[in-house]
Amino acid sequence: MSALLQDRRAVLLLGLLAILALAPLAAGDYMLSILITVLLQAYLGMSWNVMMGFAGQFSLGHALYVGLGAYAGGALFVHYGTPPWIGAFAGMAVSAAAGAVIGTLGFRFKVMGVYFALLTIAFAEFTRVLFDHWGWVGASSGLFLPPAPNNSPDNLWLLRGSTTMFYYVILGMTAGAFWFCRALLMRRIGYYWQAIREDQDAADALGIDVFRNKMIAVLISASMTSLGGMFLAFFNNNLYPESIFSMHRSIELMLGTIIGGIGTLFGPILGAVVLTALGEGLTILGAHIGIDGVKQIAYGICLMLILVLKPGGLWPWLRKLLRLEGDGR
Amino acid sequence: MDATFFMNVISAGLLTGLVYGLMALGLSVIFGVMRVVNFAHGDMMVVAMYAAFLLYTKLGIEPVPALPLVAGGLFVVGYLLQRFLINHFLGVTEHIQFLLLLSVAMIITNVVLMVFGPDARNIQLDASFESYSLGPLVLDKVRVIAAFTAGGVAALLWAFFRYTTTGTAIRACADNPVGARVVGLNVEKLYAITFGIGTACVGAAGCLLLLLVDVHPHLSSDYTLLGFIIVILGGLGSLGGALLGGILVGLSEALSGVLIAPSLKSMFSFGLLILILLLRPQGILGKKP
Repeated sequence: MSALLQDRRAVLLLGLLAILALAPLAAGDYMLSILITVLLQAYLGMSWNVMMGFAGQFSLGHALYVGLGAYAGGALFVHYGTPPWIGAFAGMAVSAAAGAVIGTLGFRFKVMGVYFALLTIAFAEFTRVLFDHWGWVGASSGLFLPPAPNNSPDNLWLLRGSTTMFYYVILGMTAGAFWFCRALLMRRIGYYWQAIREDQDAADALGIDVFRNKMIAVLISASMTSLGGMFLAFFNNNLYPESIFSMHRSIELMLGTIIGGIGTLFGPILGAVVLTALGEGLTILGAHIGIDGVKQIAYGICLMLILVLKPGGLWPWLRKLLRLEGDGR
Repeated sequence: MDATFFMNVISAGLLTGLVYGLMALGLSVIFGVMRVVNFAHGDMMVVAMYAAFLLYTKLGIEPVPALPLVAGGLFVVGYLLQRFLINHFLGVTEHIQFLLLLSVAMIITNVVLMVFGPDARNIQLDASFESYSLGPLVLDKVRVIAAFTAGGVAALLWAFFRYTTTGTAIRACADNPVGARVVGLNVEKLYAITFGIGTACVGAAGCLLLLLVDVHPHLSSDYTLLGFIIVILGGLGSLGGALLGGILVGLSEALSGVLIAPSLKSMFSFGLLILILLLRPQGILGKKP
């Protein structure tokens, strides 16, 4: 019976992946760019979920890792022509180092809960002001990536090309992240994290190395997020510290996961779909009635409704509705 | 850059710091009693600033006389918010509470943005161009008025908690909510009053700050973070600590503004926050938990 359920989940997932893989055949550039937004939101949400959902460490400063990844990939490409996939390693290394500093300080000095969240905000804002004054990365006037010449073929190695290419890149990254998160959760470390999340003292008493396992969660989450930042830089072709490191980015990054379901595997994807559909719909509506801020108000109301009605997120509820109850994820 | 110049910068920083302190008092009172971190207080601050702006431009009421009106209005907002929304979230995990107030913040900021648009607004009073001379010191008249009013409101608040029955009852709730319930206090109502007092402080501070700076909707997250820096510096839940933290941040902003670069001043505040979180998380005047 449980094997059958497992199969149903796998069949559904593979079906979804197949539809997404074939989407560029039917969808135009506008539709594809919306799908890219959904997938990037899902990818970043999954990265945040590793730290918050799996290990229970509340970060409100993930824009820091997005920004470090974006600037490492972008600046190396602009100055030295370094291919983004090499630059991404630099970005991941820098982000992991930043995560290591924040994690070590936070966990060693026992900065917990909301205080830890404030510590992560403080580091992100500190870095934002720093980049605002750093000439090599363009300071506050921004860093611009040279666009590919018109009608040149897609270059996957340099990430210069069409919307369709970017779509497949982010689809691959999101599918990879999903598989990676699933693998993490099924391993020993996944169970350690959940034990720490539920009761850190009890986990400690059981002999779990709390500090080490929390650090691993931070390092993985930071590196994953920074890869998403690199993608964002090459997709948008422009970078401003004001927007990439902003607290609003940290907030939007986690909204999808909260709406979909913190700690679940599929929640970040579901949340990203809901949030982007809502956002795009309202942007179109807002363009007609010409009012700013409608989207953010809707996000706020959405977040509030979720917290009041379904604090666990939409996915656990939907899963029950679809009778997909498996191992509780 | 002689000594007189620095004296002037320092005194201006001190005076602005008192207004910051009053803003942070609101955050500190709410946390001290209910252990709720009000992530929407910068947004309430901006609402208060716009309210004072409207009262002046539409009805000609200057910010200082408008202060009781705005503070009263925000008291009602805070009271209702606690009574009908936040009260249901008192027992849940910290981060859910935090996110709830974040959603309140998102809604408030963007409603303000919709109503007033993104442009900065300010008001010009007759007093805006006057100043007091005190020996070598030259103090802006509005800054002195704002600082003294802020100090006065803080003193009133202290007296309220010290001498009134309601104030004493609120302190009892803060010390021991179960015990307060046992002796027959209406804890829900007292919590709602406390939240109202917290937002009223923010309302008062908003009126006074409008005398000193321009207001625009995106100030809200800056003030939320500034409030956190101040209360954590002084000690979350400590009233004197909030004022002290406000003065320190006012000073550090004023000094880093002239010594290094005005745009770098927030970096120093965040650096200060990181240091305090690590070295003395209970704040300068806070007690160990």
